[in-house]
Amino acid sequence: MSKHIVIIGNGISGITCARHVRKLSKHSITVISSESEHFFSRTALMYIYMGHLKFEHTKPYEDYFWKKNKIDLIKKFVKQVDTKNKLVLFSDGSSIGYDTLVLATGSKSNKFGWPGQDFKGVQGLYHLQDLENMEENTKGVSSAVIIGGGLIGIEMSEMLRSRKIGVIFLVREKNFWDNILPVEEAKMINRHLGEHHVDLRLEAELKEIKADSARRVSSVITNKGEEIPCQFVGLTVGVSPNIDFPKDSGIETQRGILVNEFFETNVTDVYAIGDCAEFRVPPAGRKSIEQVWYTGRMHGETLAKTICGERSAYSPGHWFNSAKFFDIEYQTYGNVPNVITTPLSSFYWEHSSGKICFRLVYDFQSKNLIGINVFGIRMRHEVFDRWLSEGRKIDYVLEHLPEANFDPEFYRKYEPEIIAQYNMESNKNLKLKARKGLLATFFK
Amino acid sequence: MENNPSISISNPLPPETDTIQKIGLILFSIGILLFIIAGIGVGSEKPILFFSLSIGLSVGGALIYFIKKYLKEPAGVKNNRVWQNSLTSRGIFGFIFGIIITGFYVVLYWFPSVLDNLIRLMDPLSNLIRGKDADQWFLYGTLYTLAIVVMGIKAILKYRHSNYQIVRTSSIMFFQLGFAYLIPAVLQLFNHPEFYFSYFWPLKYEYLFPSTVNYLSEQPGALGVFMIFWGGVMTFIATPILTYFFGKRWYCSWVCGCGGLANTAGDPFRQLSDKSLKAWKIERWMIHSVLVFIVVTTSLLWINSYYQGAVLGNISGGFAKTYGFLIGAIFSGVIGVGFYPIMGTRVWCRFGCPMAAYLGILQKYISKFRITTNGGQCISCGNCSNACEMGIDVQAYAQKGQNIIRASCVGCGMCATVCPRGVLNLENGPLKGRINDNPILIGNKEAKLIL
Repeated sequence: MSKHIVIIGNGISGITCARHVRKLSKHSITVISSESEHFFSRTALMYIYMGHLKFEHTKPYEDYFWKKNKIDLIKKFVKQVDTKNKLVLFSDGSSIGYDTLVLATGSKSNKFGWPGQDFKGVQGLYHLQDLENMEENTKGVSSAVIIGGGLIGIEMSEMLRSRKIGVIFLVREKNFWDNILPVEEAKMINRHLGEHHVDLRLEAELKEIKADSARRVSSVITNKGEEIPCQFVGLTVGVSPNIDFPKDSGIETQRGILVNEFFETNVTDVYAIGDCAEFRVPPAGRKSIEQVWYTGRMHGETLAKTICGERSAYSPGHWFNSAKFFDIEYQTYGNVPNVITTPLSSFYWEHSSGKICFRLVYDFQSKNLIGINVFGIRMRHEVFDRWLSEGRKIDYVLEHLPEANFDPEFYRKYEPEIIAQYNMESNKNLKLKARKGLLATFFK
Repeated sequence: MENNPSISISNPLPPETDTIQKIGLILFSIGILLFIIAGIGVGSEKPILFFSLSIGLSVGGALIYFIKKYLKEPAGVKNNRVWQNSLTSRGIFGFIFGIIITGFYVVLYWFPSVLDNLIRLMDPLSNLIRGKDADQWFLYGTLYTLAIVVMGIKAILKYRHSNYQIVRTSSIMFFQLGFAYLIPAVLQLFNHPEFYFSYFWPLKYEYLFPSTVNYLSEQPGALGVFMIFWGGVMTFIATPILTYFFGKRWYCSWVCGCGGLANTAGDPFRQLSDKSLKAWKIERWMIHSVLVFIVVTTSLLWINSYYQGAVLGNISGGFAKTYGFLIGAIFSGVIGVGFYPIMGTRVWCRFGCPMAAYLGILQKYISKFRITTNGGQCISCGNCSNACEMGIDVQAYAQKGQNIIRASCVGCGMCATVCPRGVLNLENGPLKGRINDNPILIGNKEAKLIL
């Protein structure tokens, strides 16, 4: 029996769900968004501002894709959902009926009620419209202040620096992103920010934003009472679930839209996935709200299965993530807490350049691999995922590290240095097992 | 304040174009100006003076500018503003530049007398390395090689965070300077035939034409015969073997001068290639048609030569002439390079080059080469597709976790270089599992069951 699946939100979660429903069924599918006509990669917004890409390049599918796959697209703003009559009501007064409703409304930028947070030239960065605003707001600007030391904050710094705008970066923590990164890694990024002429101010918070007579930002005042003149302020203190209309529609919410492991809300036939969903009981080792590209994709994949008749619980594999901080690439597999305490222990290696490092977290008793952080070296997801599943010991991991290397050809190999340091620290004599070089290409 | 040192005091914002860069630009401009003045008339009167001043100043100035520009910033991807700059985003300057290079090719091929003063400018160098006066092709070859060397140095500075790009660009420069410039020149100096050991049939189609083979075989000494042998071996034996191990990149982005110019002088324009499915369809028809065209032409010439003109008369010669004009001159030269600022750098390699077609077939069906994707790390940002000069929608594969196996991929490695999440890698691996049409994105236990 064919149903009408309506998905609100055309980000990675909603679109992945739509694509997988299409793969698995002949249901009719409608995707609604007020942000953009077509799906684009939110993570690529920064590259548009920097001029690496144009907006059209950030669309993962060509425009013909949607019609070809019979996925209807509606660009309207949803005002409310009438769950009793199964109707989605738009701001223009029109409406559309559904059999199954998927809420994938994403996030919105946090604002904590600072004085002056709505002045002209003050903004967050999440939506396409934010990017358009930023283009406008940074015209002719020579100095900017960014509040909040997370991923969006450093992306915004990079964006502004690409246009030679001076950046003062206020970070509440002791080091950049050190609520996620262990201190050595965080300090590495501190230094790298300096290399890119970002004026990083640690343990600094925003107290107030001041404006000129035209209500345009003119300076910020920090918690230390310092006044910093600027013409642009980036508020990048995290994002929260975008739940304005679901809240008014009788769908149970807390911080996000409350769902169980099947992404079911309290209302039958209404589901929520992606950034906007909040698990009543999070999967083991996971947060109740997952705001990552990859998790959004997995939510969409899983829910599509349920919608198409095979009720499936969200069951994510080993955690992984990646980012890029200016020139330094970061990958992580498994769990690496920012503060490593018993029963965990860690091994850390850093290259003399201070821009490449590798951290291995393990269980102190069993010596089992728990997770890795790697900066400036690319490593294979598939290999670490397998090693984590197999419960490999760290000695095994270090000996087989070349197998996990994903750096391009001719890159310097750091495994010998890494294992030498490990041997020295642990009084062992491990030797690298695999090799990856010119000869290996002939004998593989 | 111990914990928050203000970096701005010790690390002030650097100016975008500093004094040294400006000096470089001024020297470059004077050099170009002198070159133009030489072209108008004085070049033939004082060739040595104008040659050394114009080439020396423009090359030196450009190098000063690039060295300062790239070394003052940390190593890393340098694509800022390529889509905002008029020259590199099909803006007015892009079109003007395109018209200028296209015009240069038209003049070079069909009105070389216009360039006479510039050709005379090259006489001293030509006499030095070839033992004879310059012609339009020596002028072209010299400028072409200079472009690859100077812009090659620039590419190395720009991509110095990637050893793959450093090694590959050095290889391109080496083969252009040595194999496609100095060796053919020195061969002429010693009265041997001008021969390019880095170009083979079907790109250098004449090398297996009966006329060339006959001419070479009549050369005194063994060198002519060796050249015939070299051409045949490279086309029919070395090419399949090297492509099996490394993919077509061993040639297209490591040796070939066309690819060499694209990856050095053309680098600022690489993003302009069309990534649409439609373009891919046109590409497949066009490039394979050219391959068929040259195979037919060469076969007809040999048949005609075998029957000594009795059967085909002038038909085979007509084919060869048509191919030479349409493909050899208009496509590979005028459009191939002239359209850099409009259609991207590999128009010829992608739509026209029969060698690329031949290598592509080998790469697709019998090669260990592929671009692998790293588990589930792709964020669909589009940087890889944007950087692909061959117009491959790399992202379409990467976001599915699928290996990229495409006949057209020249293995320049730029998709892997610009990927912000370390997702792509050029690899030579086992044939088993090379094509993975139903890949799984790692991370979701559920998804393994449904895909």
